[in-house]
Amino acid sequence: MEASPSFATKQAVRLLFTFLFLATTLASAQDWVRTGTNLGATKIRLAAADFKLVGNDPALSSAQLTFDQVLFSDLTNAGIFDMVSKSLAPPVTPGSPSEINLTQWSSPPANAAMVAFGAIAVQNNHVIVDGWLFDAKNTQSPQVLGQRYDEALTPDTARHIAHEFADAIIARLGGGINGIAESKIYYISDRSGTKEVWEMDYDGANQHQITHLAAICLSPRISPDGTRLAFDELNSRGGNIRIYSMSLHRMVNFPIHDGTDYSPAWSPDGNNIAFSSSRSGDPEIWIASASGFGLRRLTAYRGPDVSPVFNPKTGDQIAWISGRTGLPQVYIMSSDGTNVQRMTDGGYATSPAWSPNGQFLSFAWSRHYGPGAPGGQDIYVMDIASRRWEQLTHDIGRTDFPSWSPDGRHIVFQRTLHGHSEIWTMLADGTGQQALTTVGNSDMPNWSWK
Amino acid sequence: MKNYKKNSALACAALAVFLFTTGCHHKQAEAPEPPAPPAETTPAPTANITVTPDTITPGQSAALNWTTTNATDVSIDGIGAVETSGTKTVSPTDTTTYHLVARGDGGSTDATATLTVSQAPPPAASSGALTESEFEQNVKPIFFDYDSYSIRSDAQTTITQDASFLQSHPDAKILIAGYCDDRGSAEYNLALGQNRANAAKTALVQAGVDGSRIRTISYGKEKQFCTEQNEACWQQNRRAQFSLDQ
Repeated sequence: MEASPSFATKQAVRLLFTFLFLATTLASAQDWVRTGTNLGATKIRLAAADFKLVGNDPALSSAQLTFDQVLFSDLTNAGIFDMVSKSLAPPVTPGSPSEINLTQWSSPPANAAMVAFGAIAVQNNHVIVDGWLFDAKNTQSPQVLGQRYDEALTPDTARHIAHEFADAIIARLGGGINGIAESKIYYISDRSGTKEVWEMDYDGANQHQITHLAAICLSPRISPDGTRLAFDELNSRGGNIRIYSMSLHRMVNFPIHDGTDYSPAWSPDGNNIAFSSSRSGDPEIWIASASGFGLRRLTAYRGPDVSPVFNPKTGDQIAWISGRTGLPQVYIMSSDGTNVQRMTDGGYATSPAWSPNGQFLSFAWSRHYGPGAPGGQDIYVMDIASRRWEQLTHDIGRTDFPSWSPDGRHIVFQRTLHGHSEIWTMLADGTGQQALTTVGNSDMPNWSWK
Repeated sequence: MKNYKKNSALACAALAVFLFTTGCHHKQAEAPEPPAPPAETTPAPTANITVTPDTITPGQSAALNWTTTNATDVSIDGIGAVETSGTKTVSPTDTTTYHLVARGDGGSTDATATLTVSQAPPPAASSGALTESEFEQNVKPIFFDYDSYSIRSDAQTTITQDASFLQSHPDAKILIAGYCDDRGSAEYNLALGQNRANAAKTALVQAGVDGSRIRTISYGKEKQFCTEQNEACWQQNRRAQFSLDQ
């Protein structure tokens, strides 16, 4: 459905990012892969051969099909490769280093710089995959990576091993940053009839319901270690922070106050939860231990204060939304409530998300706010040090609730068009937009920390 | 999108404060004995005034009856000149003492009757609890401007009426829920809805309702009264809704 951004737009984004890069200090200067996008680095041309089937187990062919599809999709989604399309790849399935002819892959039309290949077998209800990554231009010593995976056969095993192998390749070729193929996205969906928390793989696979509260569940936030899910439950008692244990598969205790709490956020050490509470009257940002005790209030200004998020790199800063001057704006403060700084200069800004490396904020912004104003609510990214910002979504409906992938290269967000909400992902430069959900209404996505 | 932002927080308009003075509970004041008759032959006037019943609740009425003799000029404070004898239906909101003065050629005399207006419902009325529909009919929601939680002047009128009804039902617990139209961001609207509920609570308290009877929650944009995409509909959704808190 999405037209890819025009060349001019891409060029503008590239220029802006280059400028931002030059503007950062030497101490914090890192390449753009580290700062959240892959721009500025030449994409590696990578081929993924179809894997060779070994044996004749009936489960093998479907496992191989899933494996090849997921591996190719993961490498494409990574955003750092120029993938050789399957139609340009040599029609061979080398199952081991002795079976590959590298010139076949490095010469036209494939022109691959790197090639991933290997074999897949199903034996004794186990899936066994041997995977290699070879440098196609280095015939003397081509091996970059060689891995064996051996896991019990389930309907999900082939997909899981493909994610692992893809992440290994991405970590090796992508500057040491771990891939996200095994990360999860938590979100709200009404497809069961009420708004509940759901979970899916990063690529939209395995969508399943987590909570069954028959209330209105909002603002899911997974803990840094992935074991606890905090969210807001709204019912006739009001809004309360609830915690679901991903390991126990049930709700666990979190002190319920008098129905005035919203939008939880985990500190990166998992020890604290910040949230908005009206227990003192006005909605303010509060912080408590992960078990709900040791409450402290951080803000004290009349007007809505909501949507806190910790700096995931340091844990010592919080970004949030405040309506203290009228329309909502993005602010940051130290996690003890001092050093308040306003980040946005107007419009209607909501739903901040802090990039994993601590350098960027993403948020939803309606910049030109007023009667007949052009534009709508879009996702933006802002460099915190310089406060320079870039618009990532354009004219695709109302977008909101950005959340960063663990590698900082992707952003998942909510897209609402004609009153219908779906979850989309994109690279952190706004390209590669794709839908993850298609059923019912889905919104408020939250990407796992790893 | 329109910017309906309204910064000018409406200064709290002067609120009608209902002073329920605990009036004297004696049934009626009999006329004091007339002054000593003058030397002339014209007899002194006599006066008598009663009110039935002598205790009502706000909104109810009572009958005032008065009789005089030998009077040419009779007036009741707050009502004005009246016939020398008569009846009148009154329905004050506060406890009132009716003071009658009768003047005649033989002098003047006065009489008083006190009508107590009680906060409590009359004991004779059915003691059944307030029903939700009764509550809804009498306690109307108030509406807000876009992205604002200031009480508008039209809402102030509603608050005054709501507070009056709530004060006459002192046992009813009140739940105030704040709502927002569906255009803003969901989390921010939860906080904004909470501010709307809080603003409505503050206005009710200023109008004399005991704050300990009131609980506030916010539904943000999660529940909508109207689902069309136009201003009339959005306005319906930007509200503080009152309901009985069971």
